[in-house]
Amino acid sequence: MKAAAFAYERPTDLNTALALIAKADGTTKIIAGGQSLGPMLNLRLVEPDTIIDISGLAELKRAERDGDELVIGACVTHGDVEDGRIPDVTRGAMQRVASAIAYRAVRNRGTIGGSLSHADPAADWVSSLSGLGARITLRSAAGVRNLPIENFITGALESALQPGEIVEAVRVPVMTPSAHWGYVKACRKIGEFAHAIAAVLIDPERATARVVLGALETAPIVLSDASALFGGRVTGDFKQHFDARVADAILIKAGVANAVDRHIHVAVLRRAINEAAA
Amino acid sequence: MSHAESDPASETAPDTKQGVGARMLRKEDDRFMRGRGQYVADIRLAGLQDVAFVRSPLAHARIKAIHVPERYRDVVFTAADLDGIKPIRAVSGLPGFKISEQPILATGKVRHVGELVAMCVAPTRAEAEDIAASVTLDLEELPAIHDMLAARDPGAALVHEHWGDNVFLESSFEVDITKAFDAPIKVTRELSTARQCMSPLEGRGVIATFDHRLDQLTLYTGSQMPHIVRNGLSDCMGVDQGQIRIVSPDIGGGFGHKGILLPEEVCLSWLALRKGYVARWIEDRREHLIASANCREHHYKITVYADRDGRLRGIDCEATVDSGAYSSYPFSACLEAAQVASILPGPYVMPAYRCRTFSAATNKCPILPYRGVARTGVCFALEIMLDAVAVAAGIEPGEVRLRNLIQPDQMPFDNITKKHFDSGDYPEAMNRALAAIDIPSVRSRQRAKEPDGRLIGVGLSIYCEQAAHGTSVYAGWGIPMVPGHEQATARMTPDGGLELRVGVHSHGQGLETTLAQVAYEILGIETKLIRVVHGDTAMTPYSTGTWGSRSMVMAGGAVATACIEIAERAKKIGAKLLQLDPAIVTLRDGRVCGPNSSIALAEIAHTWYRRPQDLPADVDPAGLESTTGYKPQRDSGTFSYAAHAVTVAVDPDLGEVEILDYVIVEDGGVLVNPMIVDGQIYGGLAQGIGTALYEEMPFDSAGQPLATTLADYLLPGPAEVPEPRLDHMETPSPYTMFGVKGVGEGGAIAPPAAITNAVNDALRPLGVELLHSPISPRRIVEAMLAARDAERSAA
Repeated sequence: MKAAAFAYERPTDLNTALALIAKADGTTKIIAGGQSLGPMLNLRLVEPDTIIDISGLAELKRAERDGDELVIGACVTHGDVEDGRIPDVTRGAMQRVASAIAYRAVRNRGTIGGSLSHADPAADWVSSLSGLGARITLRSAAGVRNLPIENFITGALESALQPGEIVEAVRVPVMTPSAHWGYVKACRKIGEFAHAIAAVLIDPERATARVVLGALETAPIVLSDASALFGGRVTGDFKQHFDARVADAILIKAGVANAVDRHIHVAVLRRAINEAAA
Repeated sequence: MSHAESDPASETAPDTKQGVGARMLRKEDDRFMRGRGQYVADIRLAGLQDVAFVRSPLAHARIKAIHVPERYRDVVFTAADLDGIKPIRAVSGLPGFKISEQPILATGKVRHVGELVAMCVAPTRAEAEDIAASVTLDLEELPAIHDMLAARDPGAALVHEHWGDNVFLESSFEVDITKAFDAPIKVTRELSTARQCMSPLEGRGVIATFDHRLDQLTLYTGSQMPHIVRNGLSDCMGVDQGQIRIVSPDIGGGFGHKGILLPEEVCLSWLALRKGYVARWIEDRREHLIASANCREHHYKITVYADRDGRLRGIDCEATVDSGAYSSYPFSACLEAAQVASILPGPYVMPAYRCRTFSAATNKCPILPYRGVARTGVCFALEIMLDAVAVAAGIEPGEVRLRNLIQPDQMPFDNITKKHFDSGDYPEAMNRALAAIDIPSVRSRQRAKEPDGRLIGVGLSIYCEQAAHGTSVYAGWGIPMVPGHEQATARMTPDGGLELRVGVHSHGQGLETTLAQVAYEILGIETKLIRVVHGDTAMTPYSTGTWGSRSMVMAGGAVATACIEIAERAKKIGAKLLQLDPAIVTLRDGRVCGPNSSIALAEIAHTWYRRPQDLPADVDPAGLESTTGYKPQRDSGTFSYAAHAVTVAVDPDLGEVEILDYVIVEDGGVLVNPMIVDGQIYGGLAQGIGTALYEEMPFDSAGQPLATTLADYLLPGPAEVPEPRLDHMETPSPYTMFGVKGVGEGGAIAPPAAITNAVNDALRPLGVELLHSPISPRRIVEAMLAARDAERSAA
């Protein structure tokens, strides 16, 4: 299939882009790497009047340290992260996540901001950045705001992005030296969208545990205090204290009715916890 | 010679030899590997316009109206416009077959999602799709038949009302089944294989144009069987065959899908012939998945009877195949199911047998013959049953097979369904596979348990692949296409080269190389000087084309026969030029040789074409060109076969299956090019792994296909396909030129059975047995949870 006709703009600076977005008539879609939007256009699942291509915005391709956060421009590609072309504050965690996104051809073009904007619950950045406690920076002609990723992703293919706004950057906090990270996804083959994702960030020294259950039919479950999964206290031997029944109950409460689905999600979570403990 | 007995490096390196048996690099790969192949979508013609189709969004509905916006009236065509065009009819002569008429564009009803309703023509595909989107259909939805078993229920909605039921054909075969009923071992199972989609890299594509000088429609279409397309088109269009030329350029995989006459081919032909368009339609992947290329959907209820030692007493089976809505041309809607009854016994000996089969009509697109055709489903059902017998008898699965396989001293062997096995040593293949996979070491590994908690299993399967079966077999099916003698033209060129013209077509088989090897074997003309001309009805002898793993046997035999004729004529000319008695000359290495002198074929060709004054007065006027027909001594088919053995590790949490080792011991008779056969096996294995673990086209209860993109229809990729260990046996066929057998499909037949048996072997301690392909992680987890729940409620 071929896309329906649309108008195409390719601004070269952010302010022009924001002005174009603000004044566009009809429906507008922003395209960066096009790895999700491209097929959707060709399948005519979306037929925007205008496409604004932000892949020419140098401002969105930068990544730099800002205090305790790394600020990653929205147009940084998965391949940029995988290849270490941007700084890392996660002790390799983001690099490992990036290297397992889809296929290399997708990683060459797909961007971190595009993935979050698309808000596919099965996408790796949606769950992993929630697990890392990252924030997202949204900019419009009127101003800028920051949201935790979990507040940005509101449902399947739904986000808090307002008309006139674009994703400008992702702000990833520096991972503490004592933190343990685990990230596991269940796919039937390399490159396939995940059927279950678990991201865990556990810091026994601070007695904190952050757990994400993703690739659900809706936004991920983000437990900013996941101590209940470990008997109420996060300690150095957290792996031994993992209680699968609590995880199962959380999934039931979140509306995951199918027992096979819950079994798979819990198994993936157990693996992520084991990985963090290893 | 097996790999184990020889230096692996010398086996895998390309050969500098050129005749039958040489591991030559493929001649065609130079253009393919450089991206210079020419496929339908690469062809550019002046004035080309693109076609997009309006397709049915519903599985079953009455068409009340088709609304075309006024401004597009001239470029949108519906069934009402197709004056004089007949529907596609693929009738089987088997008694009781019910005839379906596949409309070129839907009339009255639509019977599956994706059925063609209207065609739209525009300068580009995007504009044609815009027009298609503007056409609205007024449809009255009818209950859809989405399940082949429910299709057989009394009172089910009818796909074709005038039939009175939804069964294209019911067939049965029975020998002494009641004598098996007192067997001490009786195992009964219900098994099924999912509907799949063939998914060659290149989809279908058609360009139609009319040449007024030749008064001829030229249809460029990626077809395995160009002459058969011409037959079908001529019937549907009501035009003389001479007015139709089919050109099939390079083909990026066919697997059976490109053997079928498509309504799209008729539509585009009509546009060119009646409306003067130069029209193109290139199938997109969504059309491919939704509306075409579906295959494989089988269901079996099967009981196997055996003695305590595992010897088969009989098999009793009821098989149903979901044939979809229409009988497709030329193989018909019943070939698959009716074949099940005749091939289910596989390579095993048994005294009793019964099989009833049903070709069920449903509101899905027609099922098409996919590499292996019915054999993949049959092998899946039978080989899983043999493992169940092994468990019941308390013996190793390999032992059950060895006790029941046809023995080499029985060859040639007529089995219980009268299939004539030409040659082979099936127990030897099984024994080699068992030795290579090393069953004792797998068993001890199972006892030792894995450190990572995964469960290890080993699985086997063996099959036979009937290939190049001819007139006597297909006349019985009574379908629109019955193969007879296969013809080839061999023609020496004035400079000593050779042209071969064949009506079969290569869609990945490497025939440009292997047919040249055959000609080299006879004439000694270097393969680089041999050109194979194929894929054009105007330039090649009639042939039913490339299907049924027949091309090497049939076209190879025809090329050899034509080359032998040229060799005889060349020898006579050469003898005269050497002033020798023709009785004492021989042809060696491209030269006609006497006791003390010789002359090159190239010189003989030069004389024939350019210096006829030097020829003897009584020279054979037929010269150095020959068109000859060929049939094997028996046309009941060659039987190649292979034993597959696989070890897997199954993750008991997530149901993930990793293939640890895969062994294939294959006997394809004498191999013309073992390297190409290896490639066929690799490709077939990849597809078999797809059937086993990944590929599935599900439908909802409204008959909507649910895997409409490759995000949902999973194909194995490089990471999912391990490198198998191959071992070749070469038992010649007694009936064919050089002893070759057809081997094209086999690789895709055995893997689903072997892999499922291995997974079942791994999970047997948990009380789990998987009987439905693909054995996806989800099906495995479901089965494990169900077994756990059953154990708990029993406790």
